[in-house]
Amino acid sequence: MSKYETIIGLEVHVQLKTATKLFCGCSTKFGAEANTHTCPVCLGLPGALPVLNKKAVNLAILTGLALKFKINEFARFDRKNYFYPDLPKGYQISQKDKPFCEHGKLEITIDGVKKEIGITRAHLEEDAGKLLHSGSSGQIGDAEESLVDLNRTCVPLLEIVSEPDLRSPAEAFEYLGALKSILQYIGVSDCDMEKGSLRCDANISLRPFGQKEFNPKVEIKNVNSFKNVKDALEYETARQTQCLDSGEKTFQETRLFSAEKGTTTAMRAKEESNDYRYFPEPDLVVNHITKEMIEEIKKTLVELPAVRRSRFVTAYGLPEYDAGVLTASKAFADYFEVCAGLNKNYKAISNLIMGDLMGFLKAAGKDISDSPVKPENLVKLVKLIDTNIISSKIAKVVFEDMFKESADPEDVVKAKGLVQITDEGAVGKIIDKVLLENPAIVAEYKSGKDKVIGNLVGKVMKESAGKASPGLVNKILKEKLSN
Amino acid sequence: MNYTGLKALELAKLIREKQITSKEVTMGFIERIKQKNVKLNAFVNEEFEGAIKTAENCDNILAIGGKELSPLFGVPIALKANMCSEGTKVTCCSKILENYISPYDATVVEKIKKAGMPILGKCNMDEFAMGSSTENSVNGPSLNPWDNSRIPGGSSGGSSVAVAAGLSPLALGSDTGGSIRQPAACCGVVGLKPTYGRVSRYGLVAFASSLDQIGPFSGDIEDNAALLEIIAGYDKRDSTSINKEVPAYSKYLNKSLKGMKIAMPKEYFIKGGLAPDVLEALNSSVEIFKKLGAEFEQVSLPHTEYCLATYYIIATAEASSNLARYDGVHYGYRKKDSKSLIEMMTKSRAEGFGNEVKRRIMLGTYVLSAGYYDAYYLKAQKVRTLIKRDFDRVFEKFDCVLTPTTPASAFKLGEKILDPIQMYLSDIFTISANLAGVPAISLPCGLSDNKLPVGLQLIGKPFMEGELFTLAHAFEKAYGWKNTVNTEV
Repeated sequence: MSKYETIIGLEVHVQLKTATKLFCGCSTKFGAEANTHTCPVCLGLPGALPVLNKKAVNLAILTGLALKFKINEFARFDRKNYFYPDLPKGYQISQKDKPFCEHGKLEITIDGVKKEIGITRAHLEEDAGKLLHSGSSGQIGDAEESLVDLNRTCVPLLEIVSEPDLRSPAEAFEYLGALKSILQYIGVSDCDMEKGSLRCDANISLRPFGQKEFNPKVEIKNVNSFKNVKDALEYETARQTQCLDSGEKTFQETRLFSAEKGTTTAMRAKEESNDYRYFPEPDLVVNHITKEMIEEIKKTLVELPAVRRSRFVTAYGLPEYDAGVLTASKAFADYFEVCAGLNKNYKAISNLIMGDLMGFLKAAGKDISDSPVKPENLVKLVKLIDTNIISSKIAKVVFEDMFKESADPEDVVKAKGLVQITDEGAVGKIIDKVLLENPAIVAEYKSGKDKVIGNLVGKVMKESAGKASPGLVNKILKEKLSN
Repeated sequence: MNYTGLKALELAKLIREKQITSKEVTMGFIERIKQKNVKLNAFVNEEFEGAIKTAENCDNILAIGGKELSPLFGVPIALKANMCSEGTKVTCCSKILENYISPYDATVVEKIKKAGMPILGKCNMDEFAMGSSTENSVNGPSLNPWDNSRIPGGSSGGSSVAVAAGLSPLALGSDTGGSIRQPAACCGVVGLKPTYGRVSRYGLVAFASSLDQIGPFSGDIEDNAALLEIIAGYDKRDSTSINKEVPAYSKYLNKSLKGMKIAMPKEYFIKGGLAPDVLEALNSSVEIFKKLGAEFEQVSLPHTEYCLATYYIIATAEASSNLARYDGVHYGYRKKDSKSLIEMMTKSRAEGFGNEVKRRIMLGTYVLSAGYYDAYYLKAQKVRTLIKRDFDRVFEKFDCVLTPTTPASAFKLGEKILDPIQMYLSDIFTISANLAGVPAISLPCGLSDNKLPVGLQLIGKPFMEGELFTLAHAFEKAYGWKNTVNTEV
């Protein structure tokens, strides 16, 4: 057991799902040709003025409600001033003193124990552009040429800042998962780290147990998956432990994570950091968030993952584990509920989704929304198993066709002649043949080695091309062997 | 025929009645610009080709009996060099934007174009509207047409010279702390700073966002009212513009002043704060107003002494941020062959901006810095609220506030350029209206001892530009101001 307590806080930037940018009418679509989704406003041209996207405000408030935030009655934008080539105005429009949301919380489950994590604030801000550097390192310092793509400039971001309430990298990982799940549930963001619609900076410091004040925090940047966050934090925990053990002092700094090396390296000390000279954005007016607005937005709030999870346990009798896996993603939970509306063998549906469907989707790199297996077909498969038309073993074969060819399982079974052999006489004949061909195994069984029956069952199933009903095979085989 | 002595509405009438064509009028002004501008330096960007095209288009529309034409249809106008107009240079009279061409129209420019008004070009100004004399222009100063050794005022000095010297019947300016009213006073023309939010700022290159406002320059009140009606109105592209109907300002003209109450703030008339000849002109003006039936009372605007300091904190703070975009990266002047990004940015800015602009950026950066914000910027915002309340209180009882526009008539070129504080003090009477966001108009009210125009300022209630026109129009008729330089050969 370490003598140090780990203190972690996370800053998560999520791109809100709006069709247009935060302060202009340009498209937010990812992957367009460079600088095509731009206009005088997001290019920061002289004379252009920002106009706030109301949809983004609604999504910020919706997030606020889902994360149990206090929604500020008056929210204001501020300018964060700094020079960088990806920031065409020389300032970022963000929020400092009056964000839309303050004092939220999120419940996580760690080793079966529930824990509440405080969230300091959630504020709206505009994204910066993207720089591309040619030259040896790909960094701006030694670039031969640098190009700027301003398509991303002014795209709406919600920055969600947690309290320093997380006590381990594992908790941080859980927090991120729970947060992502909620954000996807309420549909405010795609939370796609690859496309940059979710980004995370982690702050971490260690202190001896019992010490009240925090030690200087280290901010880790450049982490682009939840696993990387966990890895980076684990590395930092070890590094800072070593520092403290050897009597060194840690100091406030920003460190970059390298996913390949699994290490962090110093980027800059806080002394060199900017004074952002925040002041209220004079080009925008104060936002008055009325109770009526909040009530309207509340109406669009869907059932959140934690609530849905317990409902899955109570209403469908699913194990906690299944309920957790299924409700982690709204799309999977919705898929399950469509199936559950068609067939009452909930556990069988859950098994098929969690086992076969999730596996196939992952291997194919597909999203549940593009699943070739539609809920109608999935429940048909459940019915084929339940009515003994096919065995669960055969079901695996059928599912493959259902996925690869978007096929109806009944058609697959018919076309391939996969109907289970449930006729006692027919099964008996196959067994007789197998027994005749394997006298040694039969002798072993008869000498008291019960276990070898499995071997015989396998041979019978193989002989029947998997179609024999496994229950029937077991029953008849035992009868014949005891004779 | 010499059109340059005619007022804009008269020209509009002649054009509408097809006694003259818009093209003839436009060509007439172009001729005069060609004659006079070499010396006066009012225009820094001549856009004659476009102006003639617009004029011809107007004439074509008239020829086919076009209906619902704007009251100033076919009448040329000049813009200030900080107003964006598609495909033209918008330099703000700064080296940093010397080759910048705007790809879009400001809302006011759209409105001007929609009203069928040929744009003659853009007028000289202090760089980024920072100054009171146009001496801070990269294009050199404009000259006062009344006395070429004197400044025309600023920052919209080119616009006021253009109207005063008959180079354009109308012009637009922008006013952050007096930049329309002070040059109007110096050049003997009418200049209005509308209520903050009355005219869209979209496409006006920002100096200080919470103070900037576009307004009209004209030879008289009637023209001014007609132009305001065209440019005013809510604009969804400017979140600070106000969604309030634009009244027909012409209906506020030719009205009686009987019973109207005018306040004279004692802080604006303190001993030594005002040149004797200005005070004399003001006193005679008060007598005229009284004869017209207006009632006067002395009042106090107790926070007046803090206006200048408050202004130079808020305006510079906003400017330091607004001008951050000129970094040599995306457009504008870039220092060539820089060895690093930082060098490119700092040298582009060091070489691209003039001294006054750099002075204000430094001031603004300082007052926003960590550790100083509360003492300067936050405090200034609180004082600004108090200044606003001073006006609210006065407007409970009075229709307007009357003050001089400037402490003295136009000073000599070079006289104050090395003394920023003296230069800043020339806006001492105009700054409060920007801080309070209220409308204010300057109109000629007399001549100084050395035969230079003296301006009178009327400050009104928010969105009550109409009442200011009522008062100013009655005064103008009774006083009978005569511009003697607009037809001068």
